[in-house]
Amino acid sequence: MALLEVEDLSVTFARRGQRAVHAVDGVSFSVDAGEVVGLVGESGCGKSVTSLAIMGLLPKQPGLSVGGKAVFDGTDLLQLDDRSRRDIRGRDIAMIFQDPLSSLNPVIPIGLQVTEVLTRHRGMKGETAAKEAAALLDRVGIPDPKRRLKEYPHQLSGGMRQRALIAMAVACQPRLLIADEPTTALDVTIQAQILELLKDLVRDSGTALLMITHDLGVVAGMCDTVNVLYGGRVVETARRRPLFRQPRHPYTVGLLGSVPRLDAGRGEKLNPIPGSVRDLLPWPDGCAFAPRCARRTDECVGEPPELVHAHDGRSYRCVNPEPLPGMVPAPREEESA
Amino acid sequence: MSERTENDILVEVRDLKVHFPIKRGVLFDRVVGQVKAVDGVDLSIARGKTYGLVGESGCGKSTLGRALLQLTPPTAGEVSFDGVELTTLPSGKLRSMRRRMQMIFQDPMSSLDPRQNVESILTEGLQTHGIGADRTDRRRIIGETLDAVGLPRWALSRYPHEFSGGQRQRIGIARALVLGPELIVADEPVSALDVSIQAQVVNLLDELQDSLGLTYLVIAHDLAVVRHISDTVGVMYLGALVEEAPSDRLYTEPLHPYTRALMSAVPVPDPDVEDRRERILLAGDLPSPANPPSGCRFHTRCPWAQPTRCADERPVLRNIGASRVACHFAEQIASGELRPHGVSAQIVRPEGEGDTPGVVSAPTEPGSYV
Ligand SMILES: Nc1ncnc2c1ncn2[C@@H]1O[C@H](COP(=O)(O)OP(=O)(O)OP(=O)(O)O)[C@@H](O)[C@H]1O
Ligand SMILES: Nc1ncnc2c1ncn2[C@@H]1O[C@H](COP(=O)(O)OP(=O)(O)O)[C@@H](O)[C@H]1O
Ligand code: SF4
Ligand code: SF4
Ligand SMILES: [Mg+2]
Ligand SMILES: [Mg+2]
Repeated sequence: MALLEVEDLSVTFARRGQRAVHAVDGVSFSVDAGEVVGLVGESGCGKSVTSLAIMGLLPKQPGLSVGGKAVFDGTDLLQLDDRSRRDIRGRDIAMIFQDPLSSLNPVIPIGLQVTEVLTRHRGMKGETAAKEAAALLDRVGIPDPKRRLKEYPHQLSGGMRQRALIAMAVACQPRLLIADEPTTALDVTIQAQILELLKDLVRDSGTALLMITHDLGVVAGMCDTVNVLYGGRVVETARRRPLFRQPRHPYTVGLLGSVPRLDAGRGEKLNPIPGSVRDLLPWPDGCAFAPRCARRTDECVGEPPELVHAHDGRSYRCVNPEPLPGMVPAPREEESA
Repeated sequence: MSERTENDILVEVRDLKVHFPIKRGVLFDRVVGQVKAVDGVDLSIARGKTYGLVGESGCGKSTLGRALLQLTPPTAGEVSFDGVELTTLPSGKLRSMRRRMQMIFQDPMSSLDPRQNVESILTEGLQTHGIGADRTDRRRIIGETLDAVGLPRWALSRYPHEFSGGQRQRIGIARALVLGPELIVADEPVSALDVSIQAQVVNLLDELQDSLGLTYLVIAHDLAVVRHISDTVGVMYLGALVEEAPSDRLYTEPLHPYTRALMSAVPVPDPDVEDRRERILLAGDLPSPANPPSGCRFHTRCPWAQPTRCADERPVLRNIGASRVACHFAEQIASGELRPHGVSAQIVRPEGEGDTPGVVSAPTEPGSYV
């Protein structure tokens, strides 16, 4: 059984006098124990809202409605009261964000913030907690950890802050870690350090990781399973290799064709997806990708496409997916043009 | 590629320096030091080609770009554009040169006046530089520019906030293009955009270069993007070039240890490549440009640093094959004679930070991370 099973999650923001925004529109995916799962997609596709909804951290504003299920180890997180949810959040699920400063308390030294987690969730006290805190900072690669314990977040660089936040997240030995764009604000050499650290941590402790990112390179390097989001829906789910080798959903194909590759030659041609999300909001009925899709057919409008479970264990929401080579000899006129 | 264009240099930068004073004090600003944002850069850009500048944030890329265009006065050094020395040019003459050198910015929204519609944004530059015989002529030029960047005519009466990020970047490009420049300095032109839109803008820049013969200086932190559009790439570290190479060479044969680390750090969207790659992880943070390390500025993080020379002698750019490299030991590293070793991380303080928090506001949800 999956550790986290998200089923038909929907989040709607309704504002008086305006059309409701279906930020998340029937998202389902699962995370097994110890697995690294990616949620990938461009800005506004609903990645953050999905994770915040699971964690119960969406701003409590009028007009917000959350539907569906998020079952963690047999408990539906969406049905919990605030207290039990906070308990689970500290003990079993931890989260790290893009901007570590906003999730660290600026007036409390790093050390105290880590020991607080240890005291609250692992019952450690005094010397023991301080020792463990220093060990944790050391574990995440913060130099001279004993001295760093006394320092405030603003005294650390962005990369070191992100490490401190990771130390705090893993302090309670969670079973699931949710990381929302944890390296987007960092330089590429620092990003490499942090990703390596996250990989080590999951490998060593068996923690499952839900990795939210817009960077397909990051996904290729660390996720076991990948969920591609578009317009508030998961449009394709596959294991890492098949997804990159043979994407089926036209949006996944488009994304992969858009990214320049470091290892490609100067002559490499990019194949951008035409149009943009902004031109379409709110999402059209039927397939949200239809206005930008080269494989669109008459069936694509009206009802949203059903989730298709392919025989190879992958799934996609598309009525006219990219054919597998040698399997479906579907002709494509556009390509020769 | 003809011989002629290859040797035709449009921009030549010689020993360019831009130092910013660090000021402290309540009543009197006291200069307590210098941020050496750009500290001795030599480079030349061939006409009709793209020079890409990469490096981590704060390494001085934008400052170099601005100093090249004389938007920030250089502290020292020379910049010649099409044979004209810009640093000593009287301001009137410089102003008329500006038409030939334009800039595109990262965030199209903040570089466009929200109260001006697209037509007035595009007309402004034409009027400033006295381009176009009359209103009809200017409208014709603007129309052609819109076509070139792929914006519809109805865009003219709209305001920047009515466009998506990618369209706004097209407006930014149109504003630069409408003046018929020869050089465009593009500072992070696609980093604010989603990948699918980023590809549209990258292709647009490519097409415009082909059709108009433009010369680009493209500044970006995304190595894959820079390599994709550049003929030559310069890698900066703490205010100086550490390596310059033909774009293809940089990935296949990086010579400077920092370039190697940078190349190995960029994720490639291909699981097979990712699983095979060996990462060179650098220890610690980028040192502050206000207090750069002695000798080779990379020596505090360099996995190949040697006990001799590295800490006390600043390496100059030397020609090695088709590349220029600033490393004392580049040949020995390339041949494998020198092996990498462990480096312990050193703490680097964020700029302008004291011992206690300055202005403090309560976090929105304390402890929300657990
Ligand atoms: N007006 C200024 N006064 C003082 N310091 C400055 C000024 N402008 C830039 N700097 C400093 O100069 C250094 C180089 O800045 P620059 O903006 O060129 O970096 P960059 O490579 O473009 O970084 P990023 O990718 O973050 O934009 C930085 O340390 C920066 O803080
Ligand atoms: N508090 C809110 N009120 C109204 N709309 C919101 C709110 N938060 C997010 N949204 C909308 O939800 C969609 C998904 O947002 P988000 O999950 O943050 O995207 P991303 O994938 O970039 O993280 C966007 O269209 C966004 O504008
Ligand atoms: S359902 Fe139709 S429009 Fe949507 S992605 Fe598939 S082919 Fe394209
Ligand atoms: S000169 Fe020394 S420290 Fe600098 S890059 Fe070369 S080996 Fe490393
Ligand atoms: Mg987000
Ligand atoms: Mg910059």
